[in-house]
Amino acid sequence: MAISPYLGGVGLGCLIVSFLVSLYYNTILTWVLWYLLNSFQHPLPWSACPLDLNRTGLVEECWDSSAVSYFWYRQTLNITADISDSGSVQWQLLVCLAASWAVLYLCVIRGIETTGKAIYFTALFPYLVLTIFLIRGLTLPGATEGLVYLFTPDMQVLRNPRVWLDAATQIFFSLSLAFGGHIAFASYNPPRNNCERDAVAIALVNSMTSLYASIAVFSVLGFKAANDHGRCLDGNILRLINAFDLPDQSISRDDYAAVLARLNTSRPEWAAGLHLDTCRLEDFLEKSAAGTGLAFIVFAEAVLHMPGAPGWAVLFFGMLFTLGLSSMFGNMESVITPLLDLGVMPRGVPKELLTGLACLVCFVSATCFTLQSGSYWLEIFDHYAASLNLILFAFFEVVGVIYVYGMKRFCDDIAWMTGRRPGLYWQVTWKVVSPLLLLTIFVAYISLLASTPPSYKAWNPQYEQFPSRQEKPYPGWVQAICVLLSFLPALSVPAVALVQLLARRRRKQQDVQQDVGPKLQDGGVC
Amino acid sequence: MRQNNSITQETQEGPRLRKYAWDTNEEYLFKAMVAFSMRKVPNRETTEISHVLLCNVTQRVSFWFVVTDPSKTHTLPAVEIQSAIRMNRNRINNAFFLNDQTLEFLRIPSTLAPPTDPPVPIWIIIFGVIFCIVIVATMLLILSGIQQHRRKNEGPSEMEDTEDKCENTITVENGIPCDPLDMKGGHINDAFMTEDERLTPL
Repeated sequence: MAISPYLGGVGLGCLIVSFLVSLYYNTILTWVLWYLLNSFQHPLPWSACPLDLNRTGLVEECWDSSAVSYFWYRQTLNITADISDSGSVQWQLLVCLAASWAVLYLCVIRGIETTGKAIYFTALFPYLVLTIFLIRGLTLPGATEGLVYLFTPDMQVLRNPRVWLDAATQIFFSLSLAFGGHIAFASYNPPRNNCERDAVAIALVNSMTSLYASIAVFSVLGFKAANDHGRCLDGNILRLINAFDLPDQSISRDDYAAVLARLNTSRPEWAAGLHLDTCRLEDFLEKSAAGTGLAFIVFAEAVLHMPGAPGWAVLFFGMLFTLGLSSMFGNMESVITPLLDLGVMPRGVPKELLTGLACLVCFVSATCFTLQSGSYWLEIFDHYAASLNLILFAFFEVVGVIYVYGMKRFCDDIAWMTGRRPGLYWQVTWKVVSPLLLLTIFVAYISLLASTPPSYKAWNPQYEQFPSRQEKPYPGWVQAICVLLSFLPALSVPAVALVQLLARRRRKQQDVQQDVGPKLQDGGVC
Repeated sequence: MRQNNSITQETQEGPRLRKYAWDTNEEYLFKAMVAFSMRKVPNRETTEISHVLLCNVTQRVSFWFVVTDPSKTHTLPAVEIQSAIRMNRNRINNAFFLNDQTLEFLRIPSTLAPPTDPPVPIWIIIFGVIFCIVIVATMLLILSGIQQHRRKNEGPSEMEDTEDKCENTITVENGIPCDPLDMKGGHINDAFMTEDERLTPL
């Protein structure tokens, strides 16, 4: 509002987006909490499939896929095969949702006073755990393959412009720009604060942490890939031994390639009839997923094979929980601070009540994600609620500050705050590079969304190619909701601008009437 | 029609390469165990070790075996032998110090052990602990907040009450009120203060 009253809609839009994001983000925390609570037992519950009814075999769904996937899709989410099939509320997830909102409320209860203390733990603990995982991961067999895979650039992949678009959006969201969180936290700083140093520090620390985390994660993924590769080889070796009646353990994993080559030359038709799997380490390395699949399936399985698995699981999911919690602080802050500043509640109401009400409203709204189709809805929110709106808000913020407020006034303000004017680099990037980049990303994103019909991957045990996920298009009403999510927050910008315009015009008319009125009176009196 | 059972025997998996020493004595023990299993079946108490025949013994230790009836004219049906062995699987395994994975009977699926199910799922216990801690901490914070609020509200009104009392019970001595002298602890000499100044809130 201080920059320009017409751009007040950006703030309102940020509030709406932060609200939507905090809804689904805390549901991810719920899942992490569920896994954390289940990590305190040995053996871990996702290590083995449960038995079927007559105890002669494993449950069929688990046998077809894997114990880890079964635990995630069936015992945690109890997922339905289609998004329109909502199913019932999963009480265990509801209880964990209540717990995670309670923990969040405890940390945000008095605003920055309690958040500032909680963040000492939630920001430092993940670094500690990452270091432990890094050391442990680097000592595991197969870690070097994972690291080599991480750092060798694949030219084919880099030539795809989609990859660059993904990278740009990833760094944009990783820095949490345009959420309003930075602005909310910064408003608690003293007026003369070196904001330039803060901005550079945020960017650098974010990138360094991402690099550090990826090294730890990929060394563990390399270990998992090597493990899977070894098991694939063992399966083939067993088949060979059974077919040719060789003594057990006569073929080691290293000899396997030589033995197979010899068999192929001497008895090719036998070797073909054996249906051996092709075991290539690269295939296993490429299978690593992203997002929820990475944490709950791939990493959960990797942790199973480490000695002392429950301890590692507790550490890993504890780290994820504290990471998510510190992100949620930013989100809740950007929801609560504008509400406080707008003066929504009467003056006598304590801050604890406002935060409590906000958390309660969010908790009740988020119960829709604990339905059986909840994780499909979460994907929708993840893809559509934040992305386009944030890019638009960032664009409006940059343009509003530089062009509407004025570059000169802004540079003067910064000189007053930090003691020196921003250099040429900042001025060029603010004036030209950033708006252009944001516009390009926005247009590219919209064209990408418009060109591919939106679809989702469903977990359907009845699917012929189970355990692959079945690709299904979204039904019409769901697509309408996607569009609504993408554009409703952004509509607040023109809406507020229009309201301001009308208010201004009415005030001008009133002023004109007031000026005219007394003159008439004077004329009448005189 | 001959109905055969085939068994394969593998050494323990793992880096230790420990081959199972298989000789005729072990074969005798195996025949004895199979005969023992068959003798437990209601109609077959007269099965002898000589009725169990092994054939096609290979080096990785795998072989076929059949059980003949007492007259040695025909072999017993595979289904009967399979169910008999299934009943005594554990004893057969223990006789050879092996387990279901290292002593495999083809076509006899092993009955899997039920998973350990604690009466109360462990996650509920940990959840209860964490939730109680969180609720207690939240209550403490809210209560301390209310206390602070109340202290701030009652602070100025407390002062006003005592000042009112001051006005009602002023003992005057030589024209100087005594109570305010005591209250202010000697910091301010009220002898030189006027009425108005005394009533200014601290």
